[in-house]
Amino acid sequence: MVRKSILVFLLPSLMLLSVFVIYPTLYTVWLSFFDEEGKFVGLNNYFKVLSSRETVNLRRFPFKSPPWGTLIHNAVWIAVHLPLSLLLGLLFAVVLRNIKGASIVRGMIFLGMVMPMVVGGWMIRFMFDKDMGVVNALLRLLGIKWLANKTWTAWPEYSLIATILGGVWIWTGFSMVIYMAALSAIPREYYEAADIDGASALQKFFHITLPLLKPATSVIVVMSVLYELKIFDIVFVATRGGPGASSNVLALQMYDYAFRALKFNEAAAIAVLLTLLTLGPAIYIARSAVR
Amino acid sequence: MRNRWAVTLLTNVIGWGLALLWISPLIGIIMAAIRPVEEILYGWWNLRSFHVTFTNFLYAWAGSKGTYPLSKGILNSLIVATSSTVLPMLAGSLAAYAFARFTFPLRRALFATIAVLMAIPQMMVAIPLFMLLDSLGLLDTYLGLILLHSAWGTPWITLFLRNFFMTLPKELEEAARVDGATDLQIFYKVILPISIPALLSVVALQFTWVWNDFFFALLTMMSPEHYVATQCIVWMRGKLHTPWGLISAGSLITMSIPVAIFFILQKYYIKGMIGWMIKG
Repeated sequence: MVRKSILVFLLPSLMLLSVFVIYPTLYTVWLSFFDEEGKFVGLNNYFKVLSSRETVNLRRFPFKSPPWGTLIHNAVWIAVHLPLSLLLGLLFAVVLRNIKGASIVRGMIFLGMVMPMVVGGWMIRFMFDKDMGVVNALLRLLGIKWLANKTWTAWPEYSLIATILGGVWIWTGFSMVIYMAALSAIPREYYEAADIDGASALQKFFHITLPLLKPATSVIVVMSVLYELKIFDIVFVATRGGPGASSNVLALQMYDYAFRALKFNEAAAIAVLLTLLTLGPAIYIARSAVR
Repeated sequence: MRNRWAVTLLTNVIGWGLALLWISPLIGIIMAAIRPVEEILYGWWNLRSFHVTFTNFLYAWAGSKGTYPLSKGILNSLIVATSSTVLPMLAGSLAAYAFARFTFPLRRALFATIAVLMAIPQMMVAIPLFMLLDSLGLLDTYLGLILLHSAWGTPWITLFLRNFFMTLPKELEEAARVDGATDLQIFYKVILPISIPALLSVVALQFTWVWNDFFFALLTMMSPEHYVATQCIVWMRGKLHTPWGLISAGSLITMSIPVAIFFILQKYYIKGMIGWMIKG
């Protein structure tokens, strides 16, 4: 029997979702198949976007410096940002486990996740500044002068990597927290049993800890890939996608197409492409949530 | 014995060293905010002359040449973030209860749809939402932005609370039902009070996300008196040179709210973040 009161429970959220999420999503798909005059053009907008050098630039990738095109930039984001933030998070989770004031230290590293990403964007510009930047100062200390004497965000050779490394700084707190939760869920008895068998610290790490961190790792991978695909704020503030589109990403390209150039239909095609890319991780989350 | 003591000391030194190195960019903007610009121009770590000034905070707060007063931005952010936390919490918790306890046609399909919606990029809805708000006369209004954020927050809140409600024992509700309570009465008299820890997680995360958002605000808020805090600090970029003192002070003011929420509600914040992802 279906209760009458079910509508009271479901209606508010279904209305919000259908008007402000589902309808606009479907309308964006619709827009992507038409031209400015409203004529159906099939996949034409997609061909236009994907063949544009702003999206994929195979004349420059991989042997010349960026711009390589937004799609490739997002791929580089995943290739660099994912392993770095994952490994650093694991490192912090393991190293910071048993130290004095662990919760304060963890809070400090997690701050990147708590602050607005636009603040993160400004901090990226600041930390890679040739005079005031702490990264440049460290490089100078290490004697790497040629890299230290440039404001990274202002050079096409370095702007992409600067935003990505800054993104690692912002996001590492996330993987650290997930790994910490997973680590504290491992029963102590496992390690005690291994001690009795005379296992070394490294053996314990590789044979007990690492295998039991697998579920946490897949959560981190999925959420990180979503983050890397949707990246917008920090690029908008740190480099505005430049110089010369050298650090541009799909989300920012979509925004510029739509609200600068007013090319709604091509912008819609970019949005759909971006959403298709997020679909894999999205379905993974949905499946583990629905159970 | 002594060996173990040395190892502990070493871990502590390495741990704290790494952490301090890691947050040095943050120390940098604190230095840039509280010191006159001449002192930080060639490195904020240069402490030979060290003066503390609060003019940057004053200028950021009250607005100065070409920047918008952050005081107004903070107020706008408070209005938007508070409403956009309460509204989806109401809508989401109602739906979550239905998904957790009632059976109805299409339940699984609906729930799966909501779960997938959680991961959609904001860019996917940008153009139609802009047109929709424009035609409703809601562009550049609090209500428009609040509705966007509320709808956007509903999926994860529904999902998170549904999973929480599933863990509650049914006996309480059955006892109330025997006493003749309606579904709605049971929901707000029995379920909500015992769900306060989960609701605190929702408050901590949803408020922070809305407060920190920039894209939806950029999309809808066009007149400077409606700018939220994140917009104010983005538009602090100067014409000729970057006013780092102003930007740093503005950034610190803006991030102080989510940072305070994080430290006060840390337990619930982390639980909320991990809760709906790991349990499965």
